[in-house]
Amino acid sequence: MNAVAGSIRLNLTPPVRYVLRIADTCLIHAQRLAEWCGHGPVLEEDIALTNMALDLVGQARALLAHAGRLEGQGFDEDQLAFLRDERQFFNLTLVEQPMRRSSAHAPGGDFADTVLRNFLLATWLKALWTRLAASSDSDLAAIAGKAVKEARYHQQHVGDWVVRLGDGTDESAARLRAALERAWPYTHEMFKRDAVDVAAEAAGLGPARDALNDAWQTEVAAVLAEAQLAVPADTPFTSTGTLGRHSEHMGFILAEMQSLQRQYPGGRW
Amino acid sequence: MTAAAVVANRIDAAWSALDGVPDPEVPVLSVRDLGIVRDVLEHADGIEVVLTPTYSGCPATEVIADSVRQALVDAGLGPVTVSHRWAPAWTTDWISAEGRRKLQAYGIAPPSGTAAAAAGAAGTIRIRPLGVACPRCGSDQTERLSAFGSTACKALYRCLACREPFEYFKPI
Repeated sequence: MNAVAGSIRLNLTPPVRYVLRIADTCLIHAQRLAEWCGHGPVLEEDIALTNMALDLVGQARALLAHAGRLEGQGFDEDQLAFLRDERQFFNLTLVEQPMRRSSAHAPGGDFADTVLRNFLLATWLKALWTRLAASSDSDLAAIAGKAVKEARYHQQHVGDWVVRLGDGTDESAARLRAALERAWPYTHEMFKRDAVDVAAEAAGLGPARDALNDAWQTEVAAVLAEAQLAVPADTPFTSTGTLGRHSEHMGFILAEMQSLQRQYPGGRW
Repeated sequence: MTAAAVVANRIDAAWSALDGVPDPEVPVLSVRDLGIVRDVLEHADGIEVVLTPTYSGCPATEVIADSVRQALVDAGLGPVTVSHRWAPAWTTDWISAEGRRKLQAYGIAPPSGTAAAAAGAAGTIRIRPLGVACPRCGSDQTERLSAFGSTACKALYRCLACREPFEYFKPI
């Protein structure tokens, strides 16, 4: 019987937190998208969703490796992905919400939720990568310069789907509208400025989240208008995944994602 | 021969050896045709080949590094190290003219060659993409079947004139 791998604990300086927020958002979003593998509504979308997941995993790997270098204890990308506890993950809460599977406590889980979430996130990541490409940190700038091309293609693909469903049948429009209402409260966190953002902005590391708001609102509103959908009203709710305080779904994702490395420490194939 | 000439010869030989290393997913192209070899450097402890990845998550990255190392060792140029350089980011504009011709002949529609110029003007949706010419019959009456294809770098199209499906190397 193998020993179970213990958790690592990071020195969470503001730059490490800043990079982990982006890395973990890409990683957990990719993990959710990968749940569609073999289950897509049509073959083309099965391939699309897993291809987008692959790009996001690649981006997450590069960012986690970089976060490991900034953190300084010598942890690599795999240790950061598989051996951190929930409270040391800093992704947006939106990405950990159930995507394909739903339950009585977590409605959603139809294709419209997937389309809509992909669109909100691709638009956000594109705005972020665009600004991050001018980072004072040359590694971060290089990762962003590559990722922005991928995010642009993702956004076009899922933007097409938002219009197809929103401006489609009564059924598809109703489902997309419901998905939009469910996702919208979580978008507040995408633009919430805090001390980590302020430090990153001051150091030229990258933009504060609130700086992404205008570009995001403009592009989202344009596509929603094309899809015959109204922009929902903002709510007072703010999620806290970027602070390490997650929804009830996060633990289950990590249990699945980390189980192999936890049970077989350092396992390779 | 001077020491400088010896180094120049070894570097030329390395570039020639790289002509023989195929991309594992589009084997009609060499890694040089693809434009992912950014530099070949001679150091005191051997040759360094600098590659740039095509896509962040491209699963062929490690295989390509291994093939490059092996090809140079087989050409008697070892020891060899392979490093990766992310910036500037790879673009399909770096695929050589020869590479574009090979893609076309292989039945894959080559990318535009002006992806960098088009990037800034890219919209947020593109329900009706511009006509991509069919690599078999040349017709531009084609439609996209799938935005993503068998590998990260391709999309799937169909020609409305000759009815043949074909792959399109996505410009990025």
